[in-house]
Amino acid sequence: MSHPANTSPTATAPSAAPTATDRPLATGAEILIRSLEAEGVEYVFGHPGGAVIAIYDEMHRIQPSFQHILVRHEQGGTHAAEGYAKATGKVGTVLVTSGPGATNCVTGIADAYMDSIPLVVFTGQVPTHLIGNDAFQECDTIGVTRSITKHSFLVRDVKDLAATVKKAYHLARSGRPGPVVVDLPKDVIAARAPFHYPDHVQIRGYSVVGRGNADQVRKAADMIAASKRPLFYVGGGTIISGGAEKLTSLARKTSIPVTTTLHGLGSFPENDALSVGMLGMHGTWYANMAVQNTDLLIAVGARFDDRVTGKIEAWAPHARIIHIDIDPACISKNVPVDCPILGDVSLVLDQLDDLVHPADRQEWLAQIAAWKEECPLDFQKDDALRPQQVVRALRDKTDGEAVVVTDVGQNQMWGAQFFSYVHPRSHITSGGLGTMGFSLPAAMGAAFGMRSIGRDVISINGDGGVLMNIQELGVAAAHKLPIKVVILNNNYLGMVRQWQELFHEERYSHTNLEPTNPDFVQLAEAFGCVGLQCTDPADIEATLDAAWKVTDRPVVMDFRVITEEKVFPMVPAGAATDNMITAQFSPEDCA
Amino acid sequence: MTTDTAQQTVELTPQQLFRKQAAGEAILPNEEDSVHRHVITVLIDDTIGALNRVTNLFSQRGFNLESVTVGESKDPTQRRLTLVTTGNDRIIAQVLRQLNALIDSIEVEDLTREDHVERELCLVKVRSTATERAALLSVVEVFRANVVNITPDSLTFEVTGPTAKINAFIGVMKDYDVREVARSGRVAMRRRLAFEH
Repeated sequence: MSHPANTSPTATAPSAAPTATDRPLATGAEILIRSLEAEGVEYVFGHPGGAVIAIYDEMHRIQPSFQHILVRHEQGGTHAAEGYAKATGKVGTVLVTSGPGATNCVTGIADAYMDSIPLVVFTGQVPTHLIGNDAFQECDTIGVTRSITKHSFLVRDVKDLAATVKKAYHLARSGRPGPVVVDLPKDVIAARAPFHYPDHVQIRGYSVVGRGNADQVRKAADMIAASKRPLFYVGGGTIISGGAEKLTSLARKTSIPVTTTLHGLGSFPENDALSVGMLGMHGTWYANMAVQNTDLLIAVGARFDDRVTGKIEAWAPHARIIHIDIDPACISKNVPVDCPILGDVSLVLDQLDDLVHPADRQEWLAQIAAWKEECPLDFQKDDALRPQQVVRALRDKTDGEAVVVTDVGQNQMWGAQFFSYVHPRSHITSGGLGTMGFSLPAAMGAAFGMRSIGRDVISINGDGGVLMNIQELGVAAAHKLPIKVVILNNNYLGMVRQWQELFHEERYSHTNLEPTNPDFVQLAEAFGCVGLQCTDPADIEATLDAAWKVTDRPVVMDFRVITEEKVFPMVPAGAATDNMITAQFSPEDCA
Repeated sequence: MTTDTAQQTVELTPQQLFRKQAAGEAILPNEEDSVHRHVITVLIDDTIGALNRVTNLFSQRGFNLESVTVGESKDPTQRRLTLVTTGNDRIIAQVLRQLNALIDSIEVEDLTREDHVERELCLVKVRSTATERAALLSVVEVFRANVVNITPDSLTFEVTGPTAKINAFIGVMKDYDVREVARSGRVAMRRRLAFEH
């Protein structure tokens, strides 16, 4: 080990930079806290432990300008930071101890990596002289997280700490955002150095693209002008770059219909006639029809995920493709494109706006209207309590003015299909990694972020996922967050059950949750929340009314929906988009 | 199966054909994807874990690195890597873009289609007694190999050159009692200055 061990808590830095000798020395712990303050951090989601105890001690002494939220599991902490980041557009911050503290964060970090969410995760580490010695609560955090972070730092010298924090936040939020891990050995936290937070940092080998190449933008504008049946295919990158409004005005100006991905929901108002809703595996039939028939697909901040394309060879067979994205590694990754434009979506849309003109697309829009008519997004309405009905009722209750955080599985798809999103950042979900147990803690993080605005936050869950991070209910209750926790409880791992029914001859292997499900009403009360149950479709509104009367704590609503309900339309995994299973209901049954 | 694919080929739209060509994928059933050996040079920051991040990207995609060399470059704060791997051209191109996106990487270049020089160094230890020595020395002279060590019952040679020459040398040595072979892996450099076109 080339670096001398320095474990004494009272040790001073052996050689402070000569230019900074006049500054008072601060411990690594204080430097970290002052750096977070300088970075404008509002919330730190964390959990103390042996390796970071000095940071918590310093926090107790300093009473910093940010608020520390003590979560009850580190995974919940990372999801809360993700929810905060997604709802506000700011960087989420997590602070955990070494070893298990760090490994418990792995799922959340991987989730943030897949969904391009800006996070900085500070992990404790054993003292530098013990690294690699299998010390108590040691884990090679940098090694474990290498392939799921945008970048990671192991701080070996307290003098580098402030600049490293600055770099971490810069990397997390700029370009294509992502999680950054900063590993802090215990002796570095204890060592002393002068504190100076740099105004800006230079990172060699890292540059952020801005405007797109003018020739490529010109070429794209020409392709749009020449197209008879163009279609915007909009992903989460549009919202991240702050380009949703620009996209909306561009689509309206040129009369080009818009389909969005799961993460693109909210980038274009779904109540606009030009919207064809979500595309892909559980997208609308008409969105997928539009994709299969378009002659020009304009992909904006989207990455051609397999849940979007299905069988890739058969996808969008007639389309020339324009792809606007900030990440060069995403361009032509899954589908070679005709016109790549590398740049910040928001800036490229500005460039494009100057070059495109209104055009008459009556024929194409009429065709899309006919498809919408032919197979609308709907569900059967009878005496049974159906999950889609609950989601519709939530939209009616809030007029769509809420942040909806869904979990993973059937609830996620119904939440995506039936809420009708009109604002960017109003829909949050774990799309890439598909992490069950995401919704509840992420909704908590979003609720902290929305506190000053007073926007409703709804967490939509299944009975499977909600239990995976249920401990955070107590945290939300302690902070009096009025989250509306909806459980679409069908007593099954619903999406797996759906695949078993459709593709595995109804062999429901280990998907029945009834024997292990708790009484969710009692569970909510035990955590200091309000618990409600609804078993009848006639009571949905009354249940929501009761829930919205509560303003000082979370409300858990256990909706006992029918088990057999499935998510449709559906493109079976790996199938061509043309082969959609459209609906389980006959149109006559629809109101 | 073959007729199926043949029929699909017939039904491809012009856009699908374009994408297959752009991706370097087979269009006719008897064609193969375009797979080549790639020689890639990377400049990375001299920081802990940087090398690991680079090689990780290849192993993640299931590419075997045939050789990796790393050493100091012109700038002592940067390391220069030469990687040799074989794979689908399209996927390699994508890995290179991901490599470029690494915070630690400063410059990434695929030299495969550039005019470039490659060298490799190889040490070979052969068992030989005093009586066999003369014959052995006359053979290795053809390859301009140097004797770097000599013991009563062994000779160690050093040979430098393009990979083909090293392979040939090791091939010839197989007639003797080879005890150990150590190859450095390739280092490569384009012939002209980067800014000349």
